[in-house]
Order: sequence, then C-alpha cells, then structure tokens
Amino acid sequence: MSGVPLSWYLILSAVLFSLGVAGFLIRRSMITVFMSIELMLNAVNLSLVAFSYQLKQVDGHLFTFFVMVVAAAEAAVGLAIILAVFRNRGTLQIDEVDSMKN
Amino acid sequence: MDLALFLTFSIVAVGCAVNLVLQRHPISAAISLIGVMASLAVLYLLLGAEFIAAVQVIIYAGAIMVLFVFVIMLLNAEAEKKTGRSLVARYIGIPSLFMFLGLLGVLIHALYASEERVTFGGFTGGTAQNVGRALFTEYLLPFEVTSILILVAIVGAIVLARKETG
Repeated sequence: MSGVPLSWYLILSAVLFSLGVAGFLIRRSMITVFMSIELMLNAVNLSLVAFSYQLKQVDGHLFTFFVMVVAAAEAAVGLAIILAVFRNRGTLQIDEVDSMKN
Repeated sequence: MDLALFLTFSIVAVGCAVNLVLQRHPISAAISLIGVMASLAVLYLLLGAEFIAAVQVIIYAGAIMVLFVFVIMLLNAEAEKKTGRSLVARYIGIPSLFMFLGLLGVLIHALYASEERVTFGGFTGGTAQNVGRALFTEYLLPFEVTSILILVAIVGAIVLARKETG
C-alpha cells in the first residue's frame, strides 16, 4: 500500500495554519506578525492543492495562484504601511503603537 | 517513497513554522518561513502541482521573502523586547493550542477517512499548459481583475512609502 492518505495533507495544513494563528497572536514584532499571515496563506494553499488532487481538477491550482497574487499585493502594501509606521513612530513593537488606546 | 518524502518535508515544514513562532528576531523568522515555503513546494510536487510548486519557489520564496528581508534590513529591525506579560499565553494558550490541534486532527481524520491515497503521478493535470489554459479561458475575468488589484497595490505602496513633502 503506497502513498499517503489525503487527510495527512489536510492535517499538516491545519497544523501550519494554527501555528500561523499562534504566531500572529504572540509575536510583538510587526514584521513577524506579518510573516505569520503569510504562513496562514501558505497553509490554506496546501489544502487547496490537496483537494485539487482529490477531485482531479486543476481549479484548486488556479485558486492557489490567485492567493499567491493577492499575497504578493498584500505584502507590498503591508510592508509600505510598516515602513510608514516606523517612520512616524520609530518602533516596530506592536504594543508600543497604541496611540488610539487612551 | 511517497511516505518518506511526505514525512521528511512535513516535519521540516512544521519545524520551521514552530521556529518562526518562537524566534524573537525577525530575520530568523524570515529564514524559517523560507524553509516552510520550500518544503511546501516539494509537497505541491508530490500532489502533482508542478506549476504551482515552481511559482511557490519563484514568487513566494523568491520575490515576497526578498521583500520581507529587504524591509527588515532597511528598518534595521531588532529583536523584540520581552514584556513578561505572557503568562496567560504560556499556561493557557500553549496547552489549548495543542488541544485544538489534536481535536482538528481527529476531526479531519474522521471527516476525510477516504481510501484516497496520494501517490506521485496520480494526478498530472497541474502542468503549466493545463493551468495556463484554465487561466486564460475559464478564469479570464478573475485574471484581469487581478491585474487591477496589482495596479492598486503598486499605487498604494508608493503613496504609503514615499516621504511626505509639505
């Protein structure tokens, strides 16, 4: 019996997504939080490709492709925002950017 | 062979992801994320998605991560400071993360307990030819909308990142 059960890919995807959520919640550096979002997007891509294999259709690959394009656009805009925040506040620590708190 | 490759690269991916979450310095996290993306590219190849695997390496591990590393270097990002307020995360968050992962694993295994097994070569529809044909026929409208999205992103990035004058 060769091969890997499809659910293993889905479990791996879920594990990576949860680790991305954990990183998003516990990290305090703005750039690392942003990278956790990329990790979550990658995890979703893995399950899309796995379902594409199961259904023997190419559509999942197209969705993955579009997710990658959106991730690239998001990375460009997000890093520009981080740049602007750093220029105005001089810090990358998320809990020091709290001027709306008071 | 499939099992060995899957296990190797999934362990590498999970290890790199754990390292990403645990590292205090952004540049170490970026290197770990590149590791995750490279091993995911191998898993895509195993799933028969050769075009997506190539795009994963070129766009994700290449372009996007270079952008991240560039910004880390540009801003001279230092390691994050310890605040010592993460007791809730340590004693409630981490156990509940593992519980959640276990629950998720059991759920997925129960819901997708199919006989379907992934073997290399079991699906060969992911070539550049097939993906390109679907992209320019069935998915032409989303593709064109994507180009507008990228244009907006370029303009937005320039507006956000330029120096304020006057």
